[in-house]
Amino acid sequence: MLLTLLIISLLASAAMGAVYNLTKEPIDLAKGAKKTLAIQRVAPAFDNHPGEENFSVAADGDSVYFYIARKGNDTVGYAAETFSNKAFGGTLKLLVGFSPDGTINDIAVLEHKETPGLGDKMTKAKSDWSYQFNGKNPGNYKLQVKKDGGDVDAITASTITSRAYCDAVQRAYDALKKGGKQ
Amino acid sequence: MSQLKHVTKGFLKENPTFVLFLGLCPTLGTTGSAINGLGMGLATTAVLTLSNVFIALFSKYIPDKVRIPSFIVIIASFVTIVDLLMSAYTNTPGPHGEPSLYDNLGIFIPLIVVNCIVLGRAEAFAAKNSVLPSLLDGIGIGLGFSFALTLLGTVRELLGNGSFFGHKFIQGDGMLIFIMAPGAFLALGYLIMIMNKLKKKLANS
Repeated sequence: MLLTLLIISLLASAAMGAVYNLTKEPIDLAKGAKKTLAIQRVAPAFDNHPGEENFSVAADGDSVYFYIARKGNDTVGYAAETFSNKAFGGTLKLLVGFSPDGTINDIAVLEHKETPGLGDKMTKAKSDWSYQFNGKNPGNYKLQVKKDGGDVDAITASTITSRAYCDAVQRAYDALKKGGKQ
Repeated sequence: MSQLKHVTKGFLKENPTFVLFLGLCPTLGTTGSAINGLGMGLATTAVLTLSNVFIALFSKYIPDKVRIPSFIVIIASFVTIVDLLMSAYTNTPGPHGEPSLYDNLGIFIPLIVVNCIVLGRAEAFAAKNSVLPSLLDGIGIGLGFSFALTLLGTVRELLGNGSFFGHKFIQGDGMLIFIMAPGAFLALGYLIMIMNKLKKKLANS
C-alpha cells in the first residue's frame, strides 16, 4: 500500500522534474519578453535590457521596482513598477516610465480589478484618459484630482480609481526622487 | 462504433456544466470572454484525458485504501505540467498590452486539481474501465466542458463587451453586468434553460 503510493509519487515527481527542465528556458524567455515589451511601451527608447538592470525602493510597506533604460552609456529613463492600495477593487499596479529628471513619459496599467465600464477607463484600450499624464513632471504638476485641489481630470464616476491612479504615480515619483540617483 | 458514445455523451447527455453541474467555480470565473473559456476548457480537457488514461492503466495495482491519494497525486502532476507548459507558451501579451491567456486564467489553472469533474471521472469511470474507453471518456467530457465554457464565454462577451472572440463590432461598452460576476450566473441560468428545452425536444422526437 505504502509502496504503491511511493512509486506513484516518485514517477510523478520524475515526470514533473523533466517537464520543469524542458520548460524552464521558454518560461524565462516569455517572462523576460513580457517585461521588455511592457517597459518599451512606457520608457524612452533604449538599447539595453532593462529587465536585467533594476533596483527597488521601499515604499509604504512594499517596494517600487525600477528598471533602468540606457542608450549607449547614457541613462535615458526609468520604468517604475508601482502600486496603490487605494483602488476600488484590490491592488492597482502601474508601470510608469520616467525621464531622468522625473518627467512622466508614459504609463501602462499592469494589473487592476476596477469595475468594467467605469474604472477600467484608465487603461489605454478603453479611453484616452491616461494620456493627460504624459510629459508632465510631478515636481510642478499636482498629482491629485481636481476635486481634491490637484491638476488631474478624474474619470467620470470613477473618482476613487482616479485617486488610486494618482497615488500610484506619486509613489513612483517619490521613490524615484529617493533612490533614483543610483 | 459503440465506443464513440463515450465521446458524444459529454456534449449533451452528460455535459458536465449544463447537466451534471460539476466544476462551476472555473465555469463562472473564467468565462468573461470566449477565448478565456476555450483556453480553460482545453486545459481541463488535457488534464482530464491524461489523468483518465493513467488512472485506468494503474487502477488495478492501487490498493483501495490509497486510491484517492494516488489519484490526487496523478491529477496534480498533470495539472502542474499543464501549468508549466501554459506559462511557457501562452504567456505572450496582446498587441496593445492586453494580459496574456496565462495571466487571464491565473489561479484557475492550478485549481484544476480540485475541479470535481477530474476526480469525479477518475472515480466514476476511469477506475472501473479499461484504457481506451477512459481515454474517450476524458476527451468527451473535456470537450463537452470546453464547449459549455466557450458558449458561456461567447454569450457573455457578446452581451457584455459587444465583441466576438475579441473582435469588437460595437462602439463603446455593452451590457457590462454580463462580464461581471452576476452576469455569469444570469447567462448560465438562461443557457441551462435552453439546454433543458433542447433535451426535452430531443427526447420527445
